[in-house]
Amino acid sequence: MSDALLPLLIALPLLAAIFPLLLGLRVDRAGWPVAMATSLVVAGLATRLAWAVSPWSGGGQRFVHDLAGYPAPYGIELVGDGLSAILALLIGVVAVAVVVYARTTGPDSNAFYSGYLLLVGGLLGMVLTGDLFNLFVFLEIVGLVSYALIASNDDGRAAYGALKYLFLGTTGASLYLIGVGYAFVATGTLNMLDMATELAALGYGDPMVQAAFGFILIGFMLKIAIFPLHTWQPDAYTYAPDTVSAFIAALVSTTAAYALIRIAYDVFTVDFFAANPLITDAVLIIASVSIVVGSLLALLQSDLKRVFAYSSVAQFGMILAAIGLQSETALFGAVIHLVGHGLMKATLFMGAGVLASAYGARTVADYAGLAKRAPITAGMMAVAGLALVGIPPSVGTLGKWFIALGAVEEGSWGVAAVIFLSTLLTLTYIGRLLEALYFTPAAEPDDADVAADTADALDTADSSVVADGGVDRVATERIIVVAVLALSTVALFAAADPLAAMLDPVFGRFFK
Amino acid sequence: MTDFLGVVTTRHAYALFVLLSAIGLYMMIANENLVKKIIGLNMFQTGVFLFFVTSAYRIGGAAPVVVEGGSPYVSPLPQVIVLTAIVVGISLTAVGLALIIRLYSEYGTLRADALREVVGDE
Repeated sequence: MSDALLPLLIALPLLAAIFPLLLGLRVDRAGWPVAMATSLVVAGLATRLAWAVSPWSGGGQRFVHDLAGYPAPYGIELVGDGLSAILALLIGVVAVAVVVYARTTGPDSNAFYSGYLLLVGGLLGMVLTGDLFNLFVFLEIVGLVSYALIASNDDGRAAYGALKYLFLGTTGASLYLIGVGYAFVATGTLNMLDMATELAALGYGDPMVQAAFGFILIGFMLKIAIFPLHTWQPDAYTYAPDTVSAFIAALVSTTAAYALIRIAYDVFTVDFFAANPLITDAVLIIASVSIVVGSLLALLQSDLKRVFAYSSVAQFGMILAAIGLQSETALFGAVIHLVGHGLMKATLFMGAGVLASAYGARTVADYAGLAKRAPITAGMMAVAGLALVGIPPSVGTLGKWFIALGAVEEGSWGVAAVIFLSTLLTLTYIGRLLEALYFTPAAEPDDADVAADTADALDTADSSVVADGGVDRVATERIIVVAVLALSTVALFAAADPLAAMLDPVFGRFFK
Repeated sequence: MTDFLGVVTTRHAYALFVLLSAIGLYMMIANENLVKKIIGLNMFQTGVFLFFVTSAYRIGGAAPVVVEGGSPYVSPLPQVIVLTAIVVGISLTAVGLALIIRLYSEYGTLRADALREVVGDE
């Protein structure tokens, strides 16, 4: 029964993507209800899947569905295990949050909601597939829809950012395809588990196998945006509509990183890393450079969305480092950080969107004194920002802690030092934001009046919603979404044990 | 020397794949004209398709319609992969050209260097 969830999770949003456009011929605003209903069902199904693969339901811990009934090495397999279920749940939750947020912000067109649903379907496909070529197809679906959604902003620069992303993203996917081609020629199979046995039989020192991994790694580094292949990312995140920035920043690189973890540990396995110390060292060095340079570049930016974009380069560097460490602890940290980073970036981009539409604030300087005018949004951005730094209690602490712990366990003191350094750098650029929000007086004279009025009202919580929603009519639900996501990053601090229990069977296979 | 000749005569399709992909990639990076960048990208992808098709070639291989005591069969999988990848490539070209049309109507140029200046890309 539960294995039917897998095709349903992918097919439902893909099929539903037709309806906003189709109904749009008759009804003007058909997109939002369709997207909302689909996202809710997807989130429900993802929860059901997570429950079914969890150790507490007593069911199987790995579900396999053969598409169209063709058995595994010949047909395409969909696989749901603890790792993919966690990612599917993240996609479901963020998807619902984004639709709620998008109701008043838009982009308000039926085409946007069609693209959005295609993106959800593509992301779920990437997470649930057990076939290397199928992964390429979903990777390209995600890519194509991302380009279109980023360009949906009115600004011409959005099209420029999207085109840049298209060139680099397509190159990345094609490099991945070359890697899959090499591995396919070497083994004659495309099924992930089947290929794992074939590769082991072939030997990990085979140049064909090494080349295959090299191409796949570079392809994903382009898609994940690891320095120096990150150049598409700041433009794409900055010029995209606020809703799209939040969605893409939270999920697109995240699923690509998930796919890299899956291929590195399920297909090439930890023995491949052990047999090729040169590749492992290269991964660790690139990741470390990405962490440091990404953080430094984030520090230099003035546009807030750019700060967050470069910060993603650093955070994903950390996840890449965890992949190269071959340590169970570090990989556990990487999965937590994937989820945590998704939620934190969704909060930060959505919060930035609220402040941008209420006060036109786009740069760090614009944020001066905004905490008095929009206390809830500012507070929640501060919570997510501090979580990004890794201040406990937050999910950011857990992710960084386990990756650093894994580095220490493996004796990679360099990586541990880089993670510590990046925490300090993150603190500096988040600190700049907090300083502007809380400690810099607002520049314009009329701001003082607004602040005084708010202070007079005395009931801080209620008046702040009115202030946030009142000044330039920001819908209350947008602020609520930001608050819920921000608080979830704090609440997940308690989730280390359940996550470990869910990942245990998967990691048991990775590190047998 | 004989080794080199051997590679050229028996593996020329693979050499062509490398050459075609590299030329396409170089064109995408070095050419400032956006449409030519797309053409370069297409060439790069075509090189990859060529690799898959070549890898599936088998001397004396028959179409994989299995009959009793049949000859060696050709694996249909690479062909299917290439068909799918072609479809993906066409969609990408379409999206890319649509974006270029929009950029052209907005800024009146097809040159990447001119666009970088207008957009203020660092």
